[in-house]
Amino acid sequence: MKTIYFDNNATTKMDEQVFEEMKPYFSELYGNPSSMHTFGGQIGHKIAHAREQAAELLGCEPSEIVFTSGGTESDNTAIKGTLYAAPNKRKIITTRVEHPAVLAVCRESENRGYSIIELGVDKYGMIDLAELEHQIDDNTVIVTIMYANNETGVIFPIDKISELVKSKGAIFHTDAVQAVGKIPLDLSKSNIDLLSISAHKLHGPKGVGVLYVRKGTRLSPYQLGGHQESGKRAGTENVPGIIGLGKACELAKENIKLENNKVKKLRDKLEKAILKNCPDCRVNGDIANRLPNTSNISFEYIEGEAILLMLDQHGICASSGSACTSGSLEPSHVLRAMGVPFTAAHGSIRFSLSKYNTEDEIDYTVKTIPPVINRLRELSPFVPK
Amino acid sequence: MWDYTDKVRDHFFNPRNVGEVENPDGVGEVGSLACGDALKLTFKLDKSGKIKDARFKTFGCASAIASSSVLTELIKGKTLDEAAKVTNKDIADYLGGLPEQKMHCSVMGREALEAAIDNYRTGGKKKHELEGNVVCTCFGVTDKEIERVIRENNLSTVEDVTNYCKAGGGCGGCKGEIEKIIQNVQGEKLKENASVSLQKGAKLTNIQKIQLIQQTINEQIKPALREHGGNIELIDVEGNKVIVAFRGMCAQCKLAEYTMKDVVEARLREYVSDDLFVEEAGDSSELPHNHMEE
Repeated sequence: MKTIYFDNNATTKMDEQVFEEMKPYFSELYGNPSSMHTFGGQIGHKIAHAREQAAELLGCEPSEIVFTSGGTESDNTAIKGTLYAAPNKRKIITTRVEHPAVLAVCRESENRGYSIIELGVDKYGMIDLAELEHQIDDNTVIVTIMYANNETGVIFPIDKISELVKSKGAIFHTDAVQAVGKIPLDLSKSNIDLLSISAHKLHGPKGVGVLYVRKGTRLSPYQLGGHQESGKRAGTENVPGIIGLGKACELAKENIKLENNKVKKLRDKLEKAILKNCPDCRVNGDIANRLPNTSNISFEYIEGEAILLMLDQHGICASSGSACTSGSLEPSHVLRAMGVPFTAAHGSIRFSLSKYNTEDEIDYTVKTIPPVINRLRELSPFVPK
Repeated sequence: MWDYTDKVRDHFFNPRNVGEVENPDGVGEVGSLACGDALKLTFKLDKSGKIKDARFKTFGCASAIASSSVLTELIKGKTLDEAAKVTNKDIADYLGGLPEQKMHCSVMGREALEAAIDNYRTGGKKKHELEGNVVCTCFGVTDKEIERVIRENNLSTVEDVTNYCKAGGGCGGCKGEIEKIIQNVQGEKLKENASVSLQKGAKLTNIQKIQLIQQTINEQIKPALREHGGNIELIDVEGNKVIVAFRGMCAQCKLAEYTMKDVVEARLREYVSDDLFVEEAGDSSELPHNHMEE
């Protein structure tokens, strides 16, 4: 059975070209970039090149790129590093719909005397900028708001937000793990101080990411014990990973139009057909202001895990915000923050596409879904007769 | 991904006895849309009083559907007295086991069966009523039900209880009470957590008392409020008066007063001293502004 992969916000298929670039650095080119000899030193040049590729995609200086082990480390470093660097300010502002890599770090800080403001969102998944402005005060050390939401794809007005935060003198961090490679962004024209990305979300390898640190931003290193990454992140570099990330960034820059045209078209086709062929469905999040690859649909009266397992039988991979899939008893914190009724949250399915999806896959899925939904609804005691 | 047995997968993909029996002798409905799973069981008896037909409709995950399907298979051909002996463990065993976090699905099956038998025995007039007092308000679970899952499955931790009947899996406000029920049922006090150096009952200095109050708020109360987007801050302690301020969702919550007495005060009395009483800080203008206010 063919696998149809619609779970690209979880992880993506690595591009063949990325893998090809990485291969030699697993085997014959094993040198340490910090070494004085040519054998190791040549690796340093490759890492410098990857740094340029990442900077090119983001629109920043190569010196502003810090390689990390991924999105989670970037988020942790950005937030904790900022708190340590400015010990006198004690307020953190974030949103209720952040990824746990941000939310858990903020909440943990609360036990160490920080006050945390978690901005709520409206039913479209959007924060209130006036409320944000009202909250930022002299005591605010960092504002951390995601670029785009992983569950709904809703895009936040980061340029406006970063300008606002800068005007008030706080540091601004954004978790852009879901946005980079899917929508264009240009750091040279923004006021973002810190930005997290992860290679495996843009057809690169797992276990490597970037923290962008704007020149002049005060940040205490999170990990000590070496001079690597200009002292901002100690530890011998993940050489193949970094080289893969660089290539993935280069390809992402080339493919950004593809994402916004081909992928978006496929997503829209899939979404439209589902809404048309399955009664009692709704799309979660701001339809007009979303990542081009993401569609989060709630199917009323049925439960997400059951839907996923049925789709899995047909080779279709997606994910759900239902309680059962996570092993917790409450559904997605993002959908709850948006006020999506529990009934709809339990039956929510996220489809997230990539450049590798095809028209045929969409056609197959569109045909497959309605019978699956109908079958589960036949089992449900809640379907109105 | 869940590690479901082949039996679970079989009963999920090919559920037996789906639907509703026409003119049923007994109907049992448990769960709700909000809870994430629900089951409607109907059965019909033959002349000898044996279950001739049993059917189900279920809203829920794969294990909920599989448990319901197995339930109908288990009770068909049994008299009501025989059927009433079916436990959640029978259902789980029939399926070759369920993941721990999914055991509540098997309990839901047994509950629906009881509700349906009850419904039959009261002549179809009475809907199944919960026995005992509600402990977990999020999922509507009573002390009797909690005691029962503990006994039938020999549970020893709050986490187990949550896995088996959901109690404590929402706001978490009832975890202390569940702990007490476990202790009662198991007939022995669980050993005090060794990491807690300060303890209720010991003679405390003022500083130790305040430390213990803060520790209790951080470890016992905050996590519960956090689950609902709320929060709490210790403002001051004057003698036995603990002054706190609600933050986040709690600040505007209509149930805050209830939370104050039944969660905050109860926890502090439980872990620090029975003499404590809690007051909400009066002048909120001196406090950091809350983001939920207009």
